[in-house]
Amino acid sequence: MTISELQLALPEIFVLTMACVILLADLFIAEERRGLTHTLAVGTLIFAAILTGRLMMAPGEVVHAFADTFVRDRFGDVLKVFSYIILAGVYVYAKYYLRQFKLFKGEFYTLTLFALIGVMVMISASSMLTLYLGLELLALSTYALIALNRDSLPGSEAAMKYFILGSLASGMLLYGMSLIFGATGSLQLGEISASLGSGIGDDMLLTFGLVFVVIGIAFKLGAVPFHMWVPDVYHGAPLAITLFIASVPKLAGLALAIRLLDNGLIGLHDDWQAMLAVLAALSLIIGNVVAIAQTNIKRMLAYSTIAHMGFMLLGILAGTPEGYAAAMFYTIVYAIMSAGAFAVIIMLSHNGVEADQLDHFKGLARRNPWHAFLMMMILFSLAGIPVFVGFFAKWQVIAAALSAGFTGLAVLAVITAVIGAFYYLRVVKLMYFDEPDVPERVPAPVDFRAVLTVNGVAVLGLGIFSGGLISLCVSAFV
Amino acid sequence: MLDWPLLSLLIWIPIAAAFGVAALGVRAPKLVRPVALIVALISFVLSLVLYAGFDVTTSAMQFQEKTVWIGAFDVNYHLGIDGLSLPLILLTTLIGVLIIVAGWRIENQPHLYLAAFLVLQGLMVGVFSALDALLFYVFFEAMLVPMFLIIGIWGGPNRIYATIKFFLFTFFGSVFMLIALIWMYLQSGTFAILELHDFPIALSAQIWIFLAFLIAFAVKVPMWPVHTWLPDAHVEAPTGGSVVLAAVMLKIGGYGLVRFSLPITPDAAAALDWLVIGLSLVAIAYIGFVALAQSDMKKLIAYSSISHMGFVTLGLFLAFAIARNTGETTGAGLGITGAMVQMISHGFISGAMFLAVGVLYDRMHSREIGAYGGVANTMPWFAMFAVLFFMANSGLPGTSGFVGEFMVILAAFHANFWFAFVAGTTLILGAAYSLWLVKRVFYGEVANEGVGKLKDLGRREWLVLTVLAVLVIGVGVWPYPLIEMMEASVTNLVEHIMQSKVE
Repeated sequence: MTISELQLALPEIFVLTMACVILLADLFIAEERRGLTHTLAVGTLIFAAILTGRLMMAPGEVVHAFADTFVRDRFGDVLKVFSYIILAGVYVYAKYYLRQFKLFKGEFYTLTLFALIGVMVMISASSMLTLYLGLELLALSTYALIALNRDSLPGSEAAMKYFILGSLASGMLLYGMSLIFGATGSLQLGEISASLGSGIGDDMLLTFGLVFVVIGIAFKLGAVPFHMWVPDVYHGAPLAITLFIASVPKLAGLALAIRLLDNGLIGLHDDWQAMLAVLAALSLIIGNVVAIAQTNIKRMLAYSTIAHMGFMLLGILAGTPEGYAAAMFYTIVYAIMSAGAFAVIIMLSHNGVEADQLDHFKGLARRNPWHAFLMMMILFSLAGIPVFVGFFAKWQVIAAALSAGFTGLAVLAVITAVIGAFYYLRVVKLMYFDEPDVPERVPAPVDFRAVLTVNGVAVLGLGIFSGGLISLCVSAFV
Repeated sequence: MLDWPLLSLLIWIPIAAAFGVAALGVRAPKLVRPVALIVALISFVLSLVLYAGFDVTTSAMQFQEKTVWIGAFDVNYHLGIDGLSLPLILLTTLIGVLIIVAGWRIENQPHLYLAAFLVLQGLMVGVFSALDALLFYVFFEAMLVPMFLIIGIWGGPNRIYATIKFFLFTFFGSVFMLIALIWMYLQSGTFAILELHDFPIALSAQIWIFLAFLIAFAVKVPMWPVHTWLPDAHVEAPTGGSVVLAAVMLKIGGYGLVRFSLPITPDAAAALDWLVIGLSLVAIAYIGFVALAQSDMKKLIAYSSISHMGFVTLGLFLAFAIARNTGETTGAGLGITGAMVQMISHGFISGAMFLAVGVLYDRMHSREIGAYGGVANTMPWFAMFAVLFFMANSGLPGTSGFVGEFMVILAAFHANFWFAFVAGTTLILGAAYSLWLVKRVFYGEVANEGVGKLKDLGRREWLVLTVLAVLVIGVGVWPYPLIEMMEASVTNLVEHIMQSKVE
């Protein structure tokens, strides 16, 4: 281990240090000055973004470190920067919620920061072991976060469910990794890829390992049929935590899939392509169809996530740089949209009641015209209507699926997108076409409104000027 | 002045102004209407500048603008117009002005109403001027959003069903076009429409692409049997929404067929022209009968629109049959020219008819034919206009309705006698449902107290109806300027589609 290697991991080290600092500092911060913890955490993210952004890897540049267990490349750096930015937005949204629901404690910040480190480790993993460590760090922090409200029965239930199913999935993933290790004799993704290329390894063993690995990935992404936890966890967790789960960890899921399937197992592309195709098709159908039946908007968005992960898999299964770039664009955009959608739900939640029923959106356009407009843009974007950014994400993954020869799957994807449009339209209908039950304006703090405005306008702006983000994603895979 | 990016201005001025209008709504509600009107007038004047600077002798794209939009996929922000798009842009900006005048007295959130229409207008101009397929698709789809809101917020009692149906139908149709566009991009490496015109595609692939385009545009036109969203949308939409829908949005389907289906997949179009012609004839004849049976005025006009748009699709696809019959291409342009004239004419007439129904609805709050009778006694001036428009709708010579239908029927004779025969039934059916409505609503004794108390047209209504009446008669008597505008482009299109693209 040399100094230059440590420098490569500077963002991780910095975030880890700050997480510990915040953990300690929070003990000495009085209850009424808890905002300081928040400021420290947001500051950490901004500084981390500067650290990563300033030393961003050039396209095509890849550096390995720590005995080949850690990798810095442009893909990872871009993903990390978006993780910081989105998490910072989540903090601002969450603060308002946590304050109102008397959950505003330092634990939220330390746990999410540790989860972020997990995300970063996964993003930068170049060995199956690192990948697994990052995954577990993220998962353990998330289990605790879901149960943040100890007195909430649905919260504890969701945490328990996620913990049990998550452990099972981690076990599967680990088992798959061990099989692959057995077949190739290495944990390093690069070496696995090389030995697959030269034909080393028992086919049976590899295929078995691959199946378990794909199950692990599918569970983390919430792809059908490994999606059962998603609606319950989204529903049961406090809104601020749902907001977190629905945004940043998706980026980690993408990294997990690309690191394992592309960096390590690209030699088995034909096998995992078929598996992902099935997962994608099922997710698209189940996610979009079942979402229609939901009256709870958290559950509705949970099923919508499942469908969106189906779309994202279309990009990955192509197994080409363009496909990965499309999936990356999709995931980043999805995290932004989903954060915005949950933020509006948070805004509507008052007096200890989460506004998680669809009816809470009734007549929002009369109460808060601007916020209803932002929400409408986010919903149309989720539905994939141009000129919002969600369309450009869908367009690219469909192009990736078509270029890989999956015409039928692409047709299925657009048909389910039309089905999916219905439940997004229903929320627009509630906001714009129905009269509100109470006419008062919904209040929200100024920082919350500012971030929400940036978030909603980004959905439009990234759509109109989608060229920039698209070329950034493309440059990550040259 | 001609160096200005006129097309971009035509697209973005209304859209940018829409946000201003929406913001004004809270602070200075009184300014909302004048500002929107001024913006619409500026757009209209700009489109006249476009017309003045337009060179009718060439079929090449004019007023082109091109900048890179999404470099990674070679997508460009590429605009340009030819003789096929210019008339439709003029129609769009004109209708834009009329709608704002006609909707002057909307009381429910007028700032949002006007903003939605301004956004819609900008997007529609975008559709007619996009020369990049992805850009076209973006405008094409984005249009759904303001229309969804217009029907849903300001519509009638059953508006939510109607607007969701409208949205999902059109969305469903267009996603297949997206797949076709991406497929062609993967083959050719470009989204540029003009390059796709020259890109050779095997016949089997052409057929799939043609069908994908056909679903998208047939829903929009709408063609039988995917027309069912239109009567619902029309009936529930506010007057302005019905007018835009009938006058401009339906034309986008026809325009799409001319810009995409015919030139990109000419061989498939030639092979499957029987399909489109068949559906068109069903629309013309069968929907004509359906219109006859309606008791709701807006529904009647909606079905009449479907029937008249049947002429557009019929005219567009006659060219192949004519070429097969006569062995030459000279006559083939007649059907396409007729279809284009019919689109413009139908824009005027259907818009005018919906406005006329709006005039009655504002006073009596009923669209039922049975609720009226003898309106001519209390509203003589209005009756004069209405009778003119309904006459024009039935294809009376001397009105614009005659020109397009006549050309298409004439072309149909060149293709096949029976095509012309079935298409000709519209002369009877159209007259029947139009004039029967006139008889029941306008003539006879004053039917009830409500009708007895009706007041004749106000100044705004005069203005709007006069403009449309002048245009209907003007194009009817002297269609030459309109035909001249599109002549070079139509000739070029016919030459293009007669050449096989199969390698």
